[in-house]
Amino acid sequence: MNEREAPVARSRLLTPAWSLARREITRFLRQRSRIIGAVGTPLIFWLLFGGGIGSSFKVEQLGESYLEYSYPGAIASILLFTAIFSMISIIDDRSEGFMQGVLVAPVSRMAIVLGKVAGASVLAVGQAAIFLLLAPIAGLKPGLLEIVETFAAMILLSIAVCGLGFWIAWRMESTQGFHAVMNVVLMPMLALSGAFFPMSGASRAIVWLMRLNPMTYGVSLIRAALLGKGTDEATGLNVMTALGVTLAFTIVMLAFSIRAASREAKHALA
Amino acid sequence: MIRKITIDSAPMINVSNISFRYGDRTALSGVSFEVGAGEAFALLGPNGSGKTTLFRILSTLLAPQSGSASIDGLDVVSQRVGVRSRMGVVFQSPSLDVHLTVRENLTHAGHLYGLSGASLAERVSESLDAVRLANRADDRVKTLSGGMQRRVELAKCLLHHPRVLILDEPSTGLDPRARDEFWSLLNEARAQRNTTILVTTHLMDEADGCDRVAIFDRGKLVACDTPDALKRRIGGDCVTVDCADSSALSEEIAGRFADLKCTKVNGMVRIESPNASRLATDLLRDFGDRVRSVTIGRPTLHDVFIHETGHRFEDETREGDQ
Repeated sequence: MNEREAPVARSRLLTPAWSLARREITRFLRQRSRIIGAVGTPLIFWLLFGGGIGSSFKVEQLGESYLEYSYPGAIASILLFTAIFSMISIIDDRSEGFMQGVLVAPVSRMAIVLGKVAGASVLAVGQAAIFLLLAPIAGLKPGLLEIVETFAAMILLSIAVCGLGFWIAWRMESTQGFHAVMNVVLMPMLALSGAFFPMSGASRAIVWLMRLNPMTYGVSLIRAALLGKGTDEATGLNVMTALGVTLAFTIVMLAFSIRAASREAKHALA
Repeated sequence: MIRKITIDSAPMINVSNISFRYGDRTALSGVSFEVGAGEAFALLGPNGSGKTTLFRILSTLLAPQSGSASIDGLDVVSQRVGVRSRMGVVFQSPSLDVHLTVRENLTHAGHLYGLSGASLAERVSESLDAVRLANRADDRVKTLSGGMQRRVELAKCLLHHPRVLILDEPSTGLDPRARDEFWSLLNEARAQRNTTILVTTHLMDEADGCDRVAIFDRGKLVACDTPDALKRRIGGDCVTVDCADSSALSEEIAGRFADLKCTKVNGMVRIESPNASRLATDLLRDFGDRVRSVTIGRPTLHDVFIHETGHRFEDETREGDQ
């Protein structure tokens, strides 16, 4: 890293990052099946659970339908699923695919993280935006301000979960390992985020897990933004607390990813 | 063809006493060599001989545990960014995005090397012309044949006019015609800018076409010279005797012609001799009833490998670094 070539920041960081992000998006748009995976799964679960649980699930004090309650959680699921689908490709790509060529190019490792995360975040937010059109089905009628705030919250949370996905994927040697982490870590993070049930009715231990879970703050942030409230009633979190923790989560995940990508391989990658 | 190699200036690639271990398995042990500017250099060895580990070290993806390597005078570890900008790397497994077009792949690669705008567009056309694929520029890579995809890989690595091209088993999965085509394009590109080429291979004829060959066996560099000089080490031609019982016959031949070196290879007896036709006649006279055939051959790199290592060229996957 001790080269002194002309506009280093631009040629080693911004241009490669922009190019990687663009490739991510182009590639996605040419694989229609991925759209179904990332939007379809949360959509189906949202509709089936919402319809099936219906009135047997009473969100006490909140006075909402389950479809309405779980709507912000479905948005968070879309963001997380898109991040997972985008990042899992890194693992095979590094040892025998596209990423090999990136690794031997004179680009800053930060460019790889930023490009990949930016591209995946655009995809995640784009898909969540499509899902946002279904808000009236959930009985929600957000105004312009709420929509703008919801987008800001979605962008922030998508960067955080894409960073998380990158950090995990970069350290994995096989996609099977990633699936294991997905089942043991990522899915519980989503389940315990207030996306599907509020804190109020949960046992003490679960409440603590939910408080320690950074996803909880992201989901609360989206719910508060969408409903235009200063406090998310499902978790009792103040919107500023939710924003602060989500911001910190985002920064930490990006920092971890950049550190992981910058570390030199001690062993052959394959 | 004997080409005299003169390294008058600093070597383009310098490998100095490199060792690498995976746990208690040695992949490379004390390997040193130099490659001059404009040379085509082959690392020849079976799978597991350590050449892939060395390729990863030279391509800056793996740091040597001891020893050092430099490219164009820059250290592959401490000055890796400079090394990366001077080097083109063709991997054994494809590194193209098959969902993108040929042009999109090359444009993306150019961005990684700090190229952009009109000058990049020009380089892309130049590279596509060099590999004769200008007419497929806007086709998705997945619609191209394996041979064409390999040529796109080459075009991608020529974009930034590298001083050194390193290629890992570039002929893998190519039929002989596509392989010849790839090599003639590679040699053309090399002639144009005096590009130094280092290629790993397990194919004798591929190594034979290079200026110099380094033979690897079990992590060690066992010989390094021009193909002709290596073959001359054999000191004559090779006589191969196909027979029913090679062990017995090998011993008897060794007993009868004490000054000859007999090796059993693949159920046959192989003998190096400065006067092969005479030896063949003698063998037929003395053991004619027991042999199926006697073949006289000019030494090949395979013979050199056997000569240097005492065993035949085979995969040693148990020691493998794949």
